[in-house]
Amino acid sequence: MPEPVLPDGVERREFDGEPRLATRGEPVYGEPTDGEWRAWDPERSKLGGMLELGFDTGLTGSETVLYLGAAAGTTVGHVADFAGPTYAVEFAPRPTRDLLEVAESRDRLFPLLKDARKPETYAHVVESDVDAIVQDVATRGQATVATRNARFLADDGRLLLAVKARSEDVTADPDDVFATVLDELAGTYEVLESGRLDRFHEDHLGVVATPR
Amino acid sequence: MTTDESDAGWFASVPPDDPAAARDAIDHGSAVSPADWPRLAVESGFAEDADDYYDRLHEATRHATREAVAERERADDRQLIHAVRAMDDCERVANELAERATEWAGSRFDDVGTGIAGAREIAEREPDGDLDRRVISLSARTAALADERDALKATIDRVAPAVAPNLADMAGPELTARLIALAGGLEPLAKKPSGTVQVLGAEDALFAHLSGRAPSPKHGVIYTHEFVRGTRPEDRGSAARALAGKLALAARVDHYSGEYREVLHEDLRERMATIRARAESTESTGGDSAAPVDDSAVSEEEDA
Repeated sequence: MPEPVLPDGVERREFDGEPRLATRGEPVYGEPTDGEWRAWDPERSKLGGMLELGFDTGLTGSETVLYLGAAAGTTVGHVADFAGPTYAVEFAPRPTRDLLEVAESRDRLFPLLKDARKPETYAHVVESDVDAIVQDVATRGQATVATRNARFLADDGRLLLAVKARSEDVTADPDDVFATVLDELAGTYEVLESGRLDRFHEDHLGVVATPR
Repeated sequence: MTTDESDAGWFASVPPDDPAAARDAIDHGSAVSPADWPRLAVESGFAEDADDYYDRLHEATRHATREAVAERERADDRQLIHAVRAMDDCERVANELAERATEWAGSRFDDVGTGIAGAREIAEREPDGDLDRRVISLSARTAALADERDALKATIDRVAPAVAPNLADMAGPELTARLIALAGGLEPLAKKPSGTVQVLGAEDALFAHLSGRAPSPKHGVIYTHEFVRGTRPEDRGSAARALAGKLALAARVDHYSGEYREVLHEDLRERMATIRARAESTESTGGDSAAPVDDSAVSEEEDA
């Protein structure tokens, strides 16, 4: 396995004798902790999976992040642990309640109950030129969501996208779905790296891209 | 919100330390493009420096989101039923009034359009005399009623996913509201067998069938769903049955658990793909099977 380039604030630490990714922050979902460090489970987090698989995410720590599809805050909590100002967009009320708890102890995590398909409903809150957009939305039209949100990203920023094949079309071959998504992305983004996340997430594609 | 603020930051008209105003701005504001809000907030005096801005943003977003979550979770099926019925009433009355207004206006002006669009045009006119004033005023009220209908629709679009996330995703907000209204609530809908869900809204046809006067209805209000309407007629019964089955399950999950279950939606999409594949498989062999069918149709005509 290639040695991943980890952002500052993310480290490999021993938990029960196994090296695991970890960040420093309040525990969120009963994950194992070691002092102020808490383990980042790549099976519960697409971004964690991408880091574990050695994707070159371009993340260095302390950047401004827009996170689309924050859900209950499992991953975005880790992101806020090592990043700077982090905007977390989630559409469903129930998981957002848990997200609010994650945001309680993280003073640069800003939870927003908004629809990632309608960026104009949060462009008055989320700042321009963010360093990274992390996207993990399980709806159809994942490439469209990434394209519409490109307006927030700095010219040299990174889109870190997890595409779920089953959300686009359950009956199609995931490889065909991924090809279609990458094709649509190519209009707005230059794809720097892509690869399956199957070791941790079945039928998911991880993508690192930068605006054209 | 005024229009000149449409591209301003959320903090533009929010007095410091006014959580209610901040909540309103975050919830209902919008902007086409983002901007360097932290810098603009400092320049406008809203915050002392970037750190201060982020502290305020943290407080404001948490407050706004907490309130919005509470409001969405308070939204209940009763409200949705009222909203969909009000929407239908507005639409029906607006259409009736538009017909009346345009018919009347046609006797007084040239180039009068029809329907709501026609009424909107008439409402823009300058009145000349008392009768004109009445026609134009009536048209303006018709247009306002049509606007109210659109506003109700937007509200349903927002409320339905909070009341029934799975149903709303599967059936769309409007059909979700109609199914809940027809069943009399989310709980009664959750308790209905899928066969009942399938024919909700087709009660006339169902009772005609039960009294022996008609074939059984294949679908009720779920006919408006793309999965049913977009399927060829001979497969619509299957499509309606499959859709109703999953809608019944979705209603149960929404009522008893309230959590979104992706697997339900995957199952339905898979099932629909199978049903629609039938059309493709008969089309591809259509050359062979079509001919005998045509022959029998001709021979039947000859017999008659």
